[in-house]
Amino acid sequence: MTSSLMFNITTILFLVSTLLFFVYLVSKNSSIGLGASLVAFLGWGIETVAIILRWKESYDMGHGHAPLSNLYESVVFFAWTIVLIYGILEMKYKYRVVGAFVMPFALLGMAWAQLGLHSGIEPLVPALQSNWLLYHVITCFLGYAAFAVACGISIMYLIKARAEGDAPATTASAGSVIGMFPSIRILDDLNYKAIMIGFPLLTLGIVTGAAWANYAWGTYWSWDPKETWSLIVWFVYAAFLHARITRGWVGKRAAWLSIIGFAATIFCYLGVNLFLSGLHSYGGSLK
Amino acid sequence: MSTNKPSFIESVWDFFCSLKLSIALLIGLAITSIIGTIVPQGNIPPEYLQTISESKFKLYQGLSFFDMYHSWWFMLLLYMLTVNLVACSIKRLPRVWKIVSEPQLLMDEKFEKSLSLTHEVKVSGDSVAKMKSFLKDVMGEPVVTERDGAIHLFVQKTPWCRLGVYVVHLSIIIIFVGALLGSFFGYKAFINIPEGEAIDTVYTQKEKPIKLDFAVKLEKFSVSYYNTGAPKEFKSMLTVLENGKPVPGLTNRPTIVNDPLSYKGVTFYQSSYGQSGEGAAYHFNVAIRGRGEGVHLDLKKGEQATLTGGAKLEVLEATQDVRQFMPEFSGPAAKVKLQMPGKAPESFIVFKNHPEIEDQRKGELVIQYAGADEKLYTGLQVAKDPGVNIVWLGCALMTIGIFMAFFLSHNRLWIRISGGRAVLGGTASKNPAAFERKFEEYVEKFKKL
Ligand code: HEM
Repeated sequence: MTSSLMFNITTILFLVSTLLFFVYLVSKNSSIGLGASLVAFLGWGIETVAIILRWKESYDMGHGHAPLSNLYESVVFFAWTIVLIYGILEMKYKYRVVGAFVMPFALLGMAWAQLGLHSGIEPLVPALQSNWLLYHVITCFLGYAAFAVACGISIMYLIKARAEGDAPATTASAGSVIGMFPSIRILDDLNYKAIMIGFPLLTLGIVTGAAWANYAWGTYWSWDPKETWSLIVWFVYAAFLHARITRGWVGKRAAWLSIIGFAATIFCYLGVNLFLSGLHSYGGSLK
Repeated sequence: MSTNKPSFIESVWDFFCSLKLSIALLIGLAITSIIGTIVPQGNIPPEYLQTISESKFKLYQGLSFFDMYHSWWFMLLLYMLTVNLVACSIKRLPRVWKIVSEPQLLMDEKFEKSLSLTHEVKVSGDSVAKMKSFLKDVMGEPVVTERDGAIHLFVQKTPWCRLGVYVVHLSIIIIFVGALLGSFFGYKAFINIPEGEAIDTVYTQKEKPIKLDFAVKLEKFSVSYYNTGAPKEFKSMLTVLENGKPVPGLTNRPTIVNDPLSYKGVTFYQSSYGQSGEGAAYHFNVAIRGRGEGVHLDLKKGEQATLTGGAKLEVLEATQDVRQFMPEFSGPAAKVKLQMPGKAPESFIVFKNHPEIEDQRKGELVIQYAGADEKLYTGLQVAKDPGVNIVWLGCALMTIGIFMAFFLSHNRLWIRISGGRAVLGGTASKNPAAFERKFEEYVEKFKKL
């Protein structure tokens, strides 16, 4: 079996899981909810094997390296980390509905990678031949994934808060899909917990990136657009953390900060490469 | 007589102690930072004028958008962040320090009311020893204090984690200090060294020369390729010369991307390379087809040689490794222009490692390429940064501080025994929900004592 076939199976399982989560929301049938989770974790397990297999395949081709070196590989890894972080939160806090707002992100990643991105295994250019690549990419993407989960939770928060604002909580929300959501106090807390995982990881991601840049090029910080955007993301989440301990900034505004933070994260990850001129130092050091 | 209105100094102080200011500054930094990722930084004026109008250019220049991360207003934001950080810490740290250094040993009735987690049981005579070992079991050795006929037991876990936030904030200031040291006492520069030469002067981005007290010699430069034609490794063999003599251990030291050379606080990074052009000679062998040996010919780029019989030969381009352009071939190759007398000139490529290609051309003359003795130069980035270790210290502290602030909790338990009753109270600085569950377990054990 090839890794590419297994990535396709993963994509299909993520699709099935997402659909099951939606059915769960509407039907409130807890065995469907359990099924949705199990399918997600099965997909994650297969993806794990596929990533290891792809790693091995690169060795078989004679220029082995960790499968984290181009856009395709990073999107696949991103989907993997999102399900991982969601899984950790679900095991710990047991709020399964959150999956309905998180699995779509993982599905979107896998579908885009499989359908729209070039998936060839390429040898590493000299600029990427370093162990720092591994530390840097893994910490950054785990951080990004935690922010994706936080964003899903914040969207739930805003939907729930709005429904409760519009109608008396007891009657309106109990009957509808929103009745399945945890209370806004819990959603607020879960949002904070997810960011508490993401913020230290992003910090480590920025630090390892700086360490690598310093080791490879002699400057730990050069205000290159990618670096700057990661700092912007960091500032937004630092603002979020301080907002939580300030009266008047908890709740809705914190949820919005979390969503803006994830939008900035996605721009940092994809937008910088697609829209902004200027070389990200990765490929640019040797033309 | 005192007034209710705060003095000017007080209101400035309050302004800088405010967490709202921190949020505003963090968001302000996030938003303004975007500008510098859209407007290219540090180009020369004509480059900007190609894309924006003159009046826009003047406006942007006035606002320092072309070097915004060093502009006065961006620096002002960073300095305000620092002042905000220091002021907040001065205001709050003493209170937190008091919690850490002078633990609350007693839980009197008033304090008990302020705790949300308490439980009361009846006890008999020898309860103190039992209570002590209970606390020791669940958290650690308790401190026992007797006051007004009541016995107070107190135990706590990781009180110092409350300082985590301040460690994080201090680390930010340390990183700023390291960055300032680097910008005042360090430099970024580059050098190009041709093969076989030693150079002791580097140039900053503004072309300012800096003389080193040693020299760096490039012994040899080489590039290798994957079989896909993509570059695999750029390698400079460098020797450091001190007073003209090679330094032991730094002789013929390979320097590649991601593995720089350091000497006396100055570090050299593999960055680019090229052909040092002039003077390189290309070697050919030219023979008439079917007539054996032929003659040896040395050519320089742009020079036209006239062969016996009137044919003219010229080198257009050459490379030491053709694989990057034509992955199916390897080794040196040259593109030449040949003009036979009375015919139109033709240009084609000759390969040192693939002489059979020239046979397929079936020309009157057989031209074999024997390689070039052209010289390469290596381009090295040079950096000296005496602040960098302070920056790493700051980064390490920040990581530790964030860990302390997020993942450790200051948990405390008290027991007060008086008049045949014992009260258990507890509190945690983080994650109250998790502590509540733990407290319920403690209560179960406590009831059975
Ligand atoms: C404008 C400058 C800043 C000020 C005035 C400030 C002030 C504060 C204050 C007063 C607290 C609460 C302390 C307490 O609970 O006793 C805090 C918490 C914190 N600060 Fe800052 N801060 C600033 C910038 C930053 C930055 C740039 C970071 C980035 C790492 C940061 C990281 C943290 C963290 C991680 C916490 C703990 C939050 C939590 O426990 O949820 N601070 N800050």
